[in-house]
Amino acid sequence: MIVANKNKIVKLAENLATDEQTLGRSLWDDARARFMRNKAAMISLVILALIVLFSFIGPYFAVWTYEQIDWNTMGSAATLGMPSIETGHYFGTDDLGRDIYSRVIQGTQISLMVGVVGATIAVVVGTLYGATSGYIGGRTDQIMMRIVDILMAIPFMFVLILLLVVFGRSIVMLFVGIGLLSWLDMSRIVRGQTLNIKNKEFIEAAQATGVSDYKIIMRHIVPNLLGIVAVYATLLIPGIIIAESFISFLGLGVQEPKTSWGALISEGAGTINYDTEWQLLVPLSFFIVTLFCIYFIGDGLRDALDPKER
Amino acid sequence: MSFLEVNNLSVEFNTADGIVRAVNNVSFTLDKGKILAIVGESGSGKSQTVFAMMGLLDQNGYATGSVRFEGEEILNLSISELNLIRSEKIAMIFQDPMTSLNPYMKVSEQMAEVLIHHKGLSKTEAIKQSITMLDAVQIPEPRNLIRMYPHEFSGGMRQRVMIAMSLLCNPKLLIADEPTTALDVTVQAQIMHLLSDIQKEFGTSIILITHDLGVVAGNSDKTLVMYGGQVMEVAKTELIYAKPTHPYTQGLISAVPRLDDNAEKLKTIQGNPPDAMLDPVGCPFSPRCKFSKNICSTQTPELLGAGENDHFRACHVAFEELL
Amino acid sequence: MKHETIMQVENLKVHFDVSSEGDMPWTKRKKLQAVNGVSFELKSGETLGIVGESGCGKSTLARAIISMVPVETGRVLWFGKDLLELQKVEMRKHRREIQMIFQDPLASLNPRMTIGEIIAEPLKTHYPKTSKADIKARVEDVMNKVGLLENLINRYPHEFSGGQCQRIGIARALILKPKLIICDEPVSALDVSIQAQVINLLMELQNEMGLTLIFIAHDLSIVKHISNKIMVLYLGNMVEMANSVDIYIEPLHPYTQALISAVPIPDPKIEKNKELILIEGDLPSPINPPSGCVFRTRCQKAQDICAKEKPSMNALKDDHMVACHFSG
Repeated sequence: MIVANKNKIVKLAENLATDEQTLGRSLWDDARARFMRNKAAMISLVILALIVLFSFIGPYFAVWTYEQIDWNTMGSAATLGMPSIETGHYFGTDDLGRDIYSRVIQGTQISLMVGVVGATIAVVVGTLYGATSGYIGGRTDQIMMRIVDILMAIPFMFVLILLLVVFGRSIVMLFVGIGLLSWLDMSRIVRGQTLNIKNKEFIEAAQATGVSDYKIIMRHIVPNLLGIVAVYATLLIPGIIIAESFISFLGLGVQEPKTSWGALISEGAGTINYDTEWQLLVPLSFFIVTLFCIYFIGDGLRDALDPKER
Repeated sequence: MSFLEVNNLSVEFNTADGIVRAVNNVSFTLDKGKILAIVGESGSGKSQTVFAMMGLLDQNGYATGSVRFEGEEILNLSISELNLIRSEKIAMIFQDPMTSLNPYMKVSEQMAEVLIHHKGLSKTEAIKQSITMLDAVQIPEPRNLIRMYPHEFSGGMRQRVMIAMSLLCNPKLLIADEPTTALDVTVQAQIMHLLSDIQKEFGTSIILITHDLGVVAGNSDKTLVMYGGQVMEVAKTELIYAKPTHPYTQGLISAVPRLDDNAEKLKTIQGNPPDAMLDPVGCPFSPRCKFSKNICSTQTPELLGAGENDHFRACHVAFEELL
Repeated sequence: MKHETIMQVENLKVHFDVSSEGDMPWTKRKKLQAVNGVSFELKSGETLGIVGESGCGKSTLARAIISMVPVETGRVLWFGKDLLELQKVEMRKHRREIQMIFQDPLASLNPRMTIGEIIAEPLKTHYPKTSKADIKARVEDVMNKVGLLENLINRYPHEFSGGQCQRIGIARALILKPKLIICDEPVSALDVSIQAQVINLLMELQNEMGLTLIFIAHDLSIVKHISNKIMVLYLGNMVEMANSVDIYIEPLHPYTQALISAVPIPDPKIEKNKELILIEGDLPSPINPPSGCVFRTRCQKAQDICAKEKPSMNALKDDHMVACHFSG
């Protein structure tokens, strides 16, 4: 055992300080460090956090609720409904005299929730579906992917609108619709990545050891997918928010008096001729800023998790 | 004035994690018509040394020192000046024949490109000369095969194509960076045999970079041993194997299993290859050296003469103490 | 000392379906003959070296033995039981006894798991009821055996060098105290000075734990050093099998002779005066191997009979077999 002992001595010299079991520096730690070095991503993270915080704390500062009508300003939004601190309409009012501040908060809550829930469904369903399909391979994989292809061929908007019209407009319907269709892309990406990982030797090692297929997928494949999944999930959220906004813009989204960014933008766009710019600009800025932040964060994640750096 | 004279060549890289010194004060000479083998393991800096010579360092790398080729300084030349030297005076072949050739271009196009660009030949004339060269490297039916794409060739054939391409402009110096590492051993024998034939026929000088001590033994006049970016020992090949005077060289030679040897246990060098991130202080081999003294970890040993002419070693420990 | 035979491989064939351009889903696929009739016996405590160049099928053979690739025909008898006939669940039990170490040290470790978890995985898989404390103790014990400091147990693979990663792989293979370890090119990706460390380690462990090894590599010098007997493969076929001394002193098959002559010896006097036996040409396609003897297209001794009749492995001496019409 001479060789092993010599090695030990060298190692001991290198690890002079402690005999304790030092914690390793995982790849996540590395990625986190890299992410934090990315200024654009960190600033975006802060801004996004502020927006989310705003949607939670905002209501405590509101004077009006999102559905309350201010009879004074109703109909004369251009003159009396301007943003001001005294009236309590920090962001002004809309044509019906409703407080835009509260409505924007409401909209933020709804839009973000749709985005996050939609992305979560996409991630969970898409990852499990794609990983299983990719790992099993062969005919099963072919069939599963053809199903995805067929579903993808169906025009997304068309189906969503159909669902909403047939089953009535509701938030639940929105979630179901968006969820049903947003996992498809994710499953394709995950399957591709799984095929990549499947050929790595540590998977072979696990198979040679006798680890069950289920455990291989959950313990070996999925954790190595999370990087890619995280990146694509953050890029998925804006897409979902835009889809929901489009639906609401068309008037088919959330039911009144509940609102979302899309609905607000729709209303605001309709009145720009009447000197009530704030009705459009406020929800629009929230919308744009949030999306930009998410894109930068997604970019930052991708750079941080870049396999080349590993 | 030697054919090739390298003096105090150092290469550093600016990385996100700090400055990495890949090559540290490397000096050597090469006579015309001879073969120099540069041996080292990963992290020894052998490849970066020649990349620096050819101006092939990555964006974030920079080289200092002097490289005189036929009396002229060629280190850190501009791209246009370098291009006059590349291919025509100094040519290079790389390790992985898969990636050295453009998969989207026919071999004929790739080879003709060299001649058209450097010698101003017409396409027909260029292809004609290329076919002649392919024949010289023993590619069967060169007239037909030249019209194929790289992926239709085997690894050994691709490497022959690379060699042919590098010889098109009749360079005086050929640098081969691990040319046979990715090849099977029987193919390796063919390729090394070919290089040796070419060397005799064209009188080309060769720098052969490898980690395979067997390949070095049969194919070089002079051997340079590198470790951790520095030169450990340099001497005539026969001498390096018969009488290695550096602990690393000695360790390396005894660690390689030999086909004609029936030893029970291999003599190993303890420890691990050096971490390029750490600043080089003292001799890079000292952490693993059986003979290392205090001075070895604080002062970098200079490359000094060791007995016969042209035999140099960088070690604080006198040769007699190593026996 | 008579050692018992623990494994007997009989006429193993592994053929893969390959599809070419323009194939319809119903076109009969061509077969790539990766392994074409390999047979050998393995005795307890010995090391069988398998050498060959690219395309010889050695890696496929390794995986076929433990049922990781589908096998066309043949038997793999492990203590008398045919492993290829077993159901997945039954085979799992035997995986405790046969472990494998791989070529790329870093790639064979899951980058998201600590090395402690990686080494413990076989134990947790086969003995899920083992207590945490027991698991830790056994992991530390096996880490000691391979020369890894215990306090590294929570580190991640990318924090280690190639040689250390390979030690982790070996530790993982050892934790279940297997009877046989299949080593698939375990040192090819390592530096020369580290190769020697790992090889010495494997030989020590073999002695200490009474392991049987199958050692696969393309580097004949290394294989000869560690093996008792060596099998030479060419294009999926066995061409010669002999003990490690005889294979060097008296290679009988033209391919083996060329292979031995091609291996460079680190000694300038020998190398510069060596008579090189060069084989011409390229490896034939395994989809369409030459009829009769697969080596005949590159063999200097080839005659008509070589194209008509495939030579079978003939035992010339007790432990020296050759597949050639003109040997002996």
